[in-house]
Amino acid sequence: MPGVERADPGKTYALTYLRAQSQILERDDTTMKRLSVVVALALSALLTACASQPEPVALQTEPRPEPVYQPEPEPQPAPEPEPEPARPTPGSVEDFEVNAGDRVFFALDRYDLSSEARVTLRRQAAWLASHSQARILIAGNCDERGTREYNLALGARRAGAVREFLIGQGVDPSRIATVSYGKERPICRESSERCWSINRNAITIIQSGAAS
Amino acid sequence: MTPLRMLLAALFIWTMLAVPVPAQTPLVVDVIEGHLDPTPVAIHNFLGENDQESQIGADISRVIANNLRASGLFAPIDQDAFIEEVVNIDLRPRFGDWRVINASALLVGRVSIDENDRLRVAFRLWDAATERQMHGLQFVASLDNWRRIAHKISDTIYERMTGETGYFDTRIIYVSESVGPNDEPIRRLAVMDQDGANPSFLTDPSYMALLPNYSPSAQQITYVSFRDGRATSYLYDLASGRQEALFDSDPALAAKGQSLSARFHPNGRELVVSAERRSGHDLFKFDLHTRTLRQLTDHPADDVEPSYAPDGGRVVFSSSRGGQSQLYVMGADGADPRRITFGQGRYTTPVWSPRGDLIAFTKQLDDQFMLGVVNADGSGEERILYEGYFVDTPTWSPNGRVLLFTRGDRTLDGATYSIWSVDLAGFNLRRLPTRGPASDPAWSPLID
Repeated sequence: MPGVERADPGKTYALTYLRAQSQILERDDTTMKRLSVVVALALSALLTACASQPEPVALQTEPRPEPVYQPEPEPQPAPEPEPEPARPTPGSVEDFEVNAGDRVFFALDRYDLSSEARVTLRRQAAWLASHSQARILIAGNCDERGTREYNLALGARRAGAVREFLIGQGVDPSRIATVSYGKERPICRESSERCWSINRNAITIIQSGAAS
Repeated sequence: MTPLRMLLAALFIWTMLAVPVPAQTPLVVDVIEGHLDPTPVAIHNFLGENDQESQIGADISRVIANNLRASGLFAPIDQDAFIEEVVNIDLRPRFGDWRVINASALLVGRVSIDENDRLRVAFRLWDAATERQMHGLQFVASLDNWRRIAHKISDTIYERMTGETGYFDTRIIYVSESVGPNDEPIRRLAVMDQDGANPSFLTDPSYMALLPNYSPSAQQITYVSFRDGRATSYLYDLASGRQEALFDSDPALAAKGQSLSARFHPNGRELVVSAERRSGHDLFKFDLHTRTLRQLTDHPADDVEPSYAPDGGRVVFSSSRGGQSQLYVMGADGADPRRITFGQGRYTTPVWSPRGDLIAFTKQLDDQFMLGVVNADGSGEERILYEGYFVDTPTWSPNGRVLLFTRGDRTLDGATYSIWSVDLAGFNLRRLPTRGPASDPAWSPLID
């Protein structure tokens, strides 16, 4: 994935830049994890790429400019070789996002959890069990194909479904807060099913108690 | 805007030249069928004795012409076609000169500003065919209220010629949408006159503000605020700017989850609102005086988007209790909820017409959204007024003849939102002149 791998984790990238650069990420692609580190460092938790979620969902958004698979750049004076991307500190927000997965996705107009979502949430619950100081906010989100109030309600249902599942996995309810943003915080802005499926989610945000 | 009552106190009206002789063939504009053939009217610039008065006179005429044209019922005639130049509104016009340019009615007026900077605006509305005066009035107000006088005159003309109450002296609250530097959504409440003039913001960009609704007095609004981090019903007093979360008085309920768009009972003392409980959303009645809540529905499915009937006796809402979202009507105390929509698609955002007979709604069917109306008792066929990529938040004109709604159009960068109006026959589709993307219109009652 040219371009993406060259992303300098120390820099802040505008989301549009990431859109232009990002590609379809596949399950267990190692670069996916690296990208997600970059993104996690670069953007606020809410805006992290959809990459850290091991579900077969496309992250890519705007194909403007056309995602060009440029040939590897000429062997120029190699820019200082990237250090191995630092492994996230165990217990950190990055650790949670990369190794547990911070978000699950929903079908159109639904708030029931898919089997993939349950896998992710079990990892979240396990992570939370081993980092018992962490408190979380679950944000429910919707695609743009619904009215504003309906989507606020649906987003609350999605956050609530994740909350209930995590409680069922043994997470103390007092550690969990929920919020619905309805359709107001899309990760992916294009009006297409590809984007809508990414925007129908619940994102678990570590609010406090994470290692830094 | 200054409290409306102040203007009311400062404004008085009398009928000039009491000659309301019924015309033999009275000019009546049909509100519903009018779109087929807008009535041509001649709107002469209001006269003044000096430059300032003449300028205000021309401005008032322009605002009136714009209002009448936007209604779709009238076709103001280009002033270049006028033959007679009226120089004194107290003399009878040369009606032949107006009939020859096809004017059904002629509006003339006069502006004068007294030594205390008070504006005095008199007008006469003539029926060109019968050569009778249809109306003559004078308004007095402070100089900065000239636009409101123009709207009042527009309402008077509309009322005299259609038999329906007008809706021009009204304001619209809406959500101004943008995206912040970190891609965060910015949603601010804004308010403007119904013709787009005098826009201003009501909330700052630090928190999202959504789904405003007017109180019957137009003195207060409710809206959904993210000030507290999540969707919360707020009451906002427009005169004082004071805001309060509705359920602060009931911390037990407030702790349970979000609360959504609250709508006023026609008595102005109660609200109906959807709030989240342990699982799902139910409807509540909130008494503004006692600050108490009463639960109206208790269903595992989400009950949202409630709206009172104009008599206050019933509430319409949308609910997914039947599977996908449909519309239900129940008593204002929560009794006897009955489904009123049975068509295909997801029905949402019901809003009761101020006339009581119809309920406006949006629905999603396949890839399209529609704005429609259905009889409040669910009888008969629904009528679709607009269909497009996205529709949300209908709001009625005070006379129940026009709807505003949020329209979303598909772009490469997601849907972009704007506010449109359409009449009850599905004609006269117009975009409201908002600055930038806008959504969630709420039409004020007539300001009197």
